[in-house]
Amino acid sequence: MNILSLFILIPLLTIIAILFTSNMKQTRVVSAIGMGIQLILAGLLVFLYLTERNTGNTAAMLFYYDAVWFPTLNIHYTIGVDGISVAMIALTSLVVFAGIFASWMVDYLYREFFISLILLASGVFGFFISLDIFTMFLFYELAVIPMYLLIGLWGSGPKEYSAMKLTLMLMAGSALLFVAILGIYFYSAPAGSQLTFNLLEIAKNHIPIEMQRFLFPFAFIGFGVLGALFPFHTWSPDGHASAPTAVSMLHAGVLMKLGGYGVFRIAIYLMPEAAHEQAWIFLILTGISVVYGAFGAVVQKDLKYINAYSSVSHCGLVLFAILMMNQTALNGAVIQMISHGLMTALFFALIGMIYGRTHTRLINEMGGLMKVMPFLGVVYVIAGLASLGLPGLSGFVAEMTIFIGSFQHTDTFHRVLTIVATSSIVITAVYILRVVGTLLLGPIKNDHFLHLTDALWYEKLSTLTLLLSIAAIGMAPLWLSDMINFSLGPIVEKINSVATVAHLF
Amino acid sequence: MSINDFMTMRHELILAALVLLVLIIDMNLKKSQKQLIIPISLSLFFIHTVVGFLPAQTGVLFGGMYHTDALTLLMKNILNVGVFIVLLQSTTWLKHSDNGDKISEFYILLWSTLIGMNFMISSGDFLMLYLGLELATIPMAALAAYTHHQTRSAEAGIKLILSSALSSGILLFGLSMIYGTTGSIYFDTIGAVYSNAPLQVLAFIFFFTGMAFKISLVPFHLWTADVYEGSPVNVTSYFSVISKGASVFILIMVMYTVFHSIAYLWKDIAYLIAVMTMTIGNLFALRQKNMKRFLAFSSIAQAGFILLGIMGGNKIGMTATIYFVLVYIFSNLGAFGVVSAISAKTGKESMDDYDGLYSTNPMLTLLMMLSVFSLAGIPPLAGFFGKFFLFTSAASGGYYWLVFIAVLNATISLYYYLLVVKAMFINKNETPIAFFKSDNLTRAGLLICTLGIFILGFWSQIYEFINSVSFAIVN
Repeated sequence: MNILSLFILIPLLTIIAILFTSNMKQTRVVSAIGMGIQLILAGLLVFLYLTERNTGNTAAMLFYYDAVWFPTLNIHYTIGVDGISVAMIALTSLVVFAGIFASWMVDYLYREFFISLILLASGVFGFFISLDIFTMFLFYELAVIPMYLLIGLWGSGPKEYSAMKLTLMLMAGSALLFVAILGIYFYSAPAGSQLTFNLLEIAKNHIPIEMQRFLFPFAFIGFGVLGALFPFHTWSPDGHASAPTAVSMLHAGVLMKLGGYGVFRIAIYLMPEAAHEQAWIFLILTGISVVYGAFGAVVQKDLKYINAYSSVSHCGLVLFAILMMNQTALNGAVIQMISHGLMTALFFALIGMIYGRTHTRLINEMGGLMKVMPFLGVVYVIAGLASLGLPGLSGFVAEMTIFIGSFQHTDTFHRVLTIVATSSIVITAVYILRVVGTLLLGPIKNDHFLHLTDALWYEKLSTLTLLLSIAAIGMAPLWLSDMINFSLGPIVEKINSVATVAHLF
Repeated sequence: MSINDFMTMRHELILAALVLLVLIIDMNLKKSQKQLIIPISLSLFFIHTVVGFLPAQTGVLFGGMYHTDALTLLMKNILNVGVFIVLLQSTTWLKHSDNGDKISEFYILLWSTLIGMNFMISSGDFLMLYLGLELATIPMAALAAYTHHQTRSAEAGIKLILSSALSSGILLFGLSMIYGTTGSIYFDTIGAVYSNAPLQVLAFIFFFTGMAFKISLVPFHLWTADVYEGSPVNVTSYFSVISKGASVFILIMVMYTVFHSIAYLWKDIAYLIAVMTMTIGNLFALRQKNMKRFLAFSSIAQAGFILLGIMGGNKIGMTATIYFVLVYIFSNLGAFGVVSAISAKTGKESMDDYDGLYSTNPMLTLLMMLSVFSLAGIPPLAGFFGKFFLFTSAASGGYYWLVFIAVLNATISLYYYLLVVKAMFINKNETPIAFFKSDNLTRAGLLICTLGIFILGFWSQIYEFINSVSFAIVN
C-alpha cells in the first residue's frame, strides 16, 4: 500500500476506534495514539522522501499512485508528494498531535469532539496529498464542514454566530473555487482529447489566455478567502476567537495554509499568464492584509483576537510572497506557511491554557503571570519572539527570505509594496511586546491568580512539540529550504516561462 | 400479445396486479385484521422491486406508443427503490387508529400513481404521456387528502387537484398545438420536423409550463408549500421525491428528443427559470419553521439545480440529472424519514421542537445531519457528487456564471440546513423530544437511506452505469 494513502486511512481508523471507546480517558488515549502514529508516519515520510531524492530520483512527484475513479469524467484518485507537500504534511501532523494534547481535558461530548477534530485533520491530509483537482476539492470541503460543529458546540463567546459566519464565508469561497476548477477542467487538454483533473497533466497544457483571465480571480479569491485575503478575512478573527483551543490551532495553523498552498498549486501554477497580469491587484490586497492585520492586532484587547489578527497579517504575507512569483519569495512563502503554522498553533495552545486557568482572555485584566506559571510564560515569550522575527527562530528565516525575494523585483511598484509590507515587522513587535509586557510581567492584578498552577505534563508535551519544531527550523533552515527549493524549481520555471507578457506596472 | 410483450410491460402490469390483489385481500379481511395489509403490501412491493432489477425484455409496443429500454428500466427501478423506502417509513403512521379502515387505500392510491409515472417514462407519444400524467396526478390528490378529517389535509387535496387541473390544461393546450403544427403525436416524428416556427415555440412553452408545474419550478411553485404542509408527512415525501423525480425524468427525455431542434431556445428559458427557482426557493426556505414546509421549499431549490443538468444537453448532462435524482431520493427520504418518525411518535413538526434532539435521540439526529449535509452537497456524502456532476454538465455548456450562481445558492442552502443541525446539536431545550424507539421497518428505511448517502458517491460504477444508458441531444 502506498504510504500516502495511510495518511487518510489512519485518521479514519482512529475515528472508528473512537466509536468503540466508552469513556473520556480511552477516547483521548486512542486519539493520541492515532495521531502519534500519524506523526511518526510523517517523520518517516520526510525521511523516505529525502532518501529518495538523494538517490537521484528527480520525478516531480514521489510516491505517485493513480487509480481511476470515474472513467467518464476522467476523475482519478491520484496522489503524490513533492517537497512542499511533504513539509505541509509534517506541519499538519505536528499541529494535530499537539492539538490532541491541548484538548486533553475536553469532557463535554468528548467522543464527538475528537471525531470531528480528526475528521478535519483527515481532510487536510487528503488535500495535501491529492494531485487530482477533484479529490483535492473534495478534501478541501471535507475539512471545512466539521468546523461548524467544532466551533458551535465546544466554542466560547458568540460561538453560534462565529461558526455560521466562518462556515458560510468559507463555503462561499469554495463556490468561487468550484467555478475555477470546472473551468480548468474544460480547458485541461487540447480540444478533442480527453479532459483531465490531474494537476501534472493540466500543467503541461496551456489554458487559453482569455479563459485564464476569467478564471484566475475565481481561483485566487476562492483560496484567498481561506488564506484570509483582505477584504474576505473577517471570518478569521471571529472564528478563531470563538473556537476551542485545538480547533483554533488547527485552523489557523493548518487550514489557513490550504489557502496559500492552493493559490500557488492551482491558481498561479496553472494560470501563470493571468497571474502575471492580475498580480498587481492582489498584491495590493495582500499588502493591505499584511499591514491591516498587524494594526488590527495592536488595538485588540482579547488574546485570541490579537492572535487571529496576527494570523491575518502573517497569512497575508504568504499570499504576498506567492504573488511575487520568484524562487526566493516562493521559498519564503512555504517556510512562512510552516513557520506561522507552528507559531500560531503554539500561541493558540498557550492562550487556551492560560484561559483555562484565569478564565479571562482580556489582557488588561491579567498581569504578572510569569511569576505564577513560569513555564507557560517562557514559552509564550519565545513564541512571541519567533512571531516578530527574531533570528534563530523560524519566523526570521521565513520573513527574511520573503522580503529578499520581493525586493529582487527592480520596479518601483514591487519595491514600494515590499517596504510597506516590511513595516509589519515593526508593528508586530509592538503588539507582541505589549502583550508580553502586560500579560506576563508587571504586578499580579488579581489575587485569585496566585493560586494558579503551571503547565501539566500533557500541556508541556503539546507546547514543547511545537516549540522544538520552531527552534529546529530557526537553527537549521537549510534542510527545509533545500527540500522546498528542489520542488519549486519546475514550478517557478513554468510560471516564469510566460513572464514576458505585458505587466501593468 | 405474446409473453414477451407482457415481459416488456412488466413494471406496469405487476403493479396493476398488486393493486387488484391488495384490493381483494382487503375485502376479505375483518376490521380487526386490517393491519395485516401493511406487511403483505410491503412484501409484495419488495418482490416487485426485486423483479424490476432482473434482466429484462426491451422493445416497443402498441405501434410506438410504449417503449422499454435500458434507460426507462433504470428510471423505473430508481423510482421503485424510492417508493419502497417511502412505504417502509410510512408504517408507523399507517398503524395509527385514525387510519384503521383505509390502510389499503394508501397502497392502492400510491401504486396507481406509480403506474402512471411508469407509463409516462415509457411513453413514445404524447397521448401515452398525457394518460400517464393524469393517472399519476389524480390519485395523488386523494393521497394528499388522506387524513381528510383534518382540514389542512383536505385543503391540500383540493389545492393539488385544482392546480394540477390547470397545469394539465396548459400542457394539453400545448400538445394540441404540437399536433396541429406537425400532424403527429409520436415523439420520433415530431422530433424530426420540429422547428422554431412561432406556434411551435409557443407550444413548447405551454408544454414546459405544464411540466414546470409538476416539478414546481418558480414561478409555478405556489401550490407546493401548502400542499406539502397539509398532506401527511409520508405523502409529502412521496410528492417531493418520487413524483418530482419522475417528472424530471420525463422532462429531460422529451426535451432531449422531441424538442432537440430548439435546444438553443429552451436552454435560455431553463437558464432563467433555474436562477429564479434556486434563488426564490432558497429565500423562502430560509424562513420556514415547519419541517415539512422547510423541506418543501428546499426541494424547490433543488429542482433549480436539476435544471442545470438538463441544460448541459449532452450525455453527461443526462447522466448527472438521473444520478442527482437518485442521490436526492436517498438524501431527501432520509430527512423525511426522520421527520416522519418523529411526527408519527410525537406529532411534532416544528423546527423548534428539534432543539436539543441530540441529547435524547442521537441516532435520528445523526441521520438527519447526514441527510441535510448530503442535500447541501457536503463531501464525502453522495449529495456532493450529485451536485458536482450537475454543475459539471452546466459548465460543459459554458455556463460558468450560472454555475457560480448555483454554487452560491448551494451556500445559502447550507445556511438553512445548518440551522437544522444547530437546532439539534447546539440549541438548548428544557423539554427535548423524549427518547423513543422507532419500529424496525422505519429503521430499515432509514438504514437504506444512510447506506445510499454513503455509498452512492464512492461507488463510481453506478454513475458509469447510468452514463452507459444515457443519451445526448440527438442531432
